[in-house]
Order: sequence, then C-alpha cells, then structure tokens
Amino acid sequence: MSANSEVYDLNVNGQRLQVRDAWVGESLLYVLRERLGLAGSKGACEQGECGSCTVIMDGQAVCSCLVMAATAIDSKITTIEGLTQDDSLTAVQDAFITEGGVQCGFCTPGLIVAIEHLLDNNPDPSQLEVKEAISGNICRCTGYGRIFEAVNTAVTTRRAINL
Amino acid sequence: MTVLIPQSLHDALAAATTNPDAQIIQGGTDLMVEINFNHRKPTDVIALRRVDEIRNYVVSADKKNVVVGSGLPYREMEHGELAKLLPALAQAARTVGSPQIRAAGSIGGNLGTCSPAGDALPVLSALDAVINLQTATTSREISVHDFMVGVKRNARQPGELIISATLPIINGWQGYAKVGVRNAMVISIASCCLVIDREKGSIGVALGAVGPTIIRCRETEQWLAMQIDLKNISIVATNLLKEFGDRVAKESKPIDDHRSTAAYRRHAVATLSRRLLTRANTQ
Repeated sequence: MSANSEVYDLNVNGQRLQVRDAWVGESLLYVLRERLGLAGSKGACEQGECGSCTVIMDGQAVCSCLVMAATAIDSKITTIEGLTQDDSLTAVQDAFITEGGVQCGFCTPGLIVAIEHLLDNNPDPSQLEVKEAISGNICRCTGYGRIFEAVNTAVTTRRAINL
Repeated sequence: MTVLIPQSLHDALAAATTNPDAQIIQGGTDLMVEINFNHRKPTDVIALRRVDEIRNYVVSADKKNVVVGSGLPYREMEHGELAKLLPALAQAARTVGSPQIRAAGSIGGNLGTCSPAGDALPVLSALDAVINLQTATTSREISVHDFMVGVKRNARQPGELIISATLPIINGWQGYAKVGVRNAMVISIASCCLVIDREKGSIGVALGAVGPTIIRCRETEQWLAMQIDLKNISIVATNLLKEFGDRVAKESKPIDDHRSTAAYRRHAVATLSRRLLTRANTQ
C-alpha cells in the first residue's frame, strides 16, 4: 500500500475525506486543521508533550502531531468533532461544562478525547487511573481539580445511561 | 515523493532494499518532532506501522529468551506475560512519555534514534540484548553494545531494518529507575537498569542519559562480584552500598545541557543504582 504524498484519502469520523496538494511530511494534526477544516484538535507543542492534539486512531489515543498523515490512509481516525454525530454533547463534554473544567479551553479537546478513550475502555476508573490516562495532557489553567470532578461526574452520568 | 505502507515484513524489506535512502518511520514520536520543527525534510518514507510480524514478541521454546519485535508498542510491555518475563523492560516502558506516546513508541524507534536518553536502551544494555537486522537478502545479529555507536548513531546500514531485540529470561532480579522533572511525560535526566543473574552469579549495571550512548559499568560490576556472592545475595552492607553508587557515578560521563547538569546527573546515577541494589536485596 502506498500514498502519493500529494493526493490521498483519510478515514476521519466515519467519512473518507480527500487530502489534496499535501507535502509528505505533514502531520495528521496539520492536515486535520489546515486541509480538512477540522480545527477542534489543537496544536501547541508539536512534539507530543502537551496532548492538546489527541485523537483516537485505530482504537488508541495518540498525539496527531506525531502521526505522519500520509501513513494513516488505512486507519480509522476519530477527532473531537466525531465524538457525537449531531450537535449534542457527550457525558464528558457536558460534565466539563457543569464542573467548570474549561478555562482558556485550549487543552479541552485533547483532554476530552483522552477521557472518552479512558471511559470507553475502563468505565469506572480509580483516581490514579484517571491521572495516568491524562498524564500526557497538560492544562495550565485549572490545576486539574475541576477536570477530575468532571471525570467523576461523567462516570456517574454514563453509568446511569447504561443502566 | 511517496509514502510506502508495506503490509508484511517481506514487502517492508523489499521496499527498504530497493530504496535504501528512504526514511523509515515506526511510531513517529522522534521523527515527527524533527519534521515538525523543520530539522528534517524526508522525500521517500517507509512506514512500518502495518508490519504485524515486528509488532509482537515470541518466547523461545526452551523459555530462555524473548524475541521482542521492534515495532511492539511500549503499552504492550507494561502488563501481562511480557512484563513478568522482563520486569525491567516493563518498568522502563512505563516511564516512557504518556499513554499517547506509549501507544506509538517502540524499542525499534529507541534503537533507530539511538538517543542516550532512550528509555528502553539501558535495559537492552544491562541484559546484553542481541539486535536482529535484515535486508531483503541478509539477516545479521549484533550485540546491542556494538549497535549503539554514539549520540544518535548506530550500526544500522542503509537498506537494513531493525527487526527485533532478543533478551534473556533470567533467574534473578532486574529493575529500572529514572529521574526526570516530573512523574509523567519526561525525557530522562538520568536512568539506570540493574540486572542480577543469580544462576550465573553475574550483575549488569547500565546507565542512560549520562554519556554519548548507554554506559555499562563493567568495573563496578566486577568489583561488586568480588565483594559478595551474587548467587546468594541477601544483604549488601551499607558501606558497600555507598561505594557501589560512588563507583557507578565514577563510570558515568555526563554533560551539562538544557535538561540538567553533569554534577546532578552523577549524583542521580549514584542514588538510582543504590536504590535499585537495595530493592534487589529486599525483593
């Protein structure tokens, strides 16, 4: 399998999207934001340290800034925009609002994707497991207290929905 | 300019042999940083993420070795059978970056980049790992000590792919410890792996991030083996413990850089090595 570096398709949020006029070395983050108009994933450090570009790729939370976009042509990618199919919010997104887990908001999409990924695989995580799961997502505003509260609230909401 | 995504080892080796100058990308956690910051501009790329043959591990029939595929993500080493067989590797894997990085990074990448701060490399060194390199027509085994040549330099030839690292399953104790500025998401300031093979009565001490490449503390190893019976190690006397750390620090060759100072690194490897030897005594 190969991708011409200038023309390829990506499977993002259940849709095949065309990438055109790209350069081979472009990161998935850059392609999502600048070529596909999906600006939800944020770019801050571009070296995998801040987590604000986190997306789900083939079932794993990864930093999209560290994925060479043209190598992801056969991968299933979910971004913050694809967590719900309409304008509704997930339990995690809703909990971030009600618990005040958002301040400047720049880290929020990455945190929410990482937390969705955690709760999909571990619906009732311990506090340590939550800390571990978001250890690669840096927030400089909240001090994390309200984010942990948001996770607790989301866990409760999701449990109620699944009962 | 093309990106090849071979779906088998056969196809990957053929691609690398046909285009020996192509940039190899495994997890991307090192390479993409260089590209994002315009330090590298690849033209042809071979991505190994779909080569399943190098994304697993195999325990030998006699249970003496584990062959760890170069593309096995660190997250797969943290728990389960592999973590029981190679606890030091599991501990090192656990300290790599964040969950996002551990889902992508692998020992193939650590070996390919060959940074002295590569988290798995002290483990490979202390366990005397053997690295397998292949082209479409050749296959060779090389000791990890010969593979790591210098700062970000290794013995891989153009057209070769790093296939696996073979690690012995030892009867004894092994552990890994690292110092960074916080618990998660750090590149190590200094790291240490200690392996005590009780059957052979031998010890391995390897240091990361305190020299141009991983340092094996051969003199300290020989010294400790003269002081105590490693086959029946029980308690290492306090004075021996202190001297052990001092000797380890003496064998390190750290520098001052943006991450730390040489003096602190020397102090850190002394402390880490003593800490690991203490754990070996009590576990």
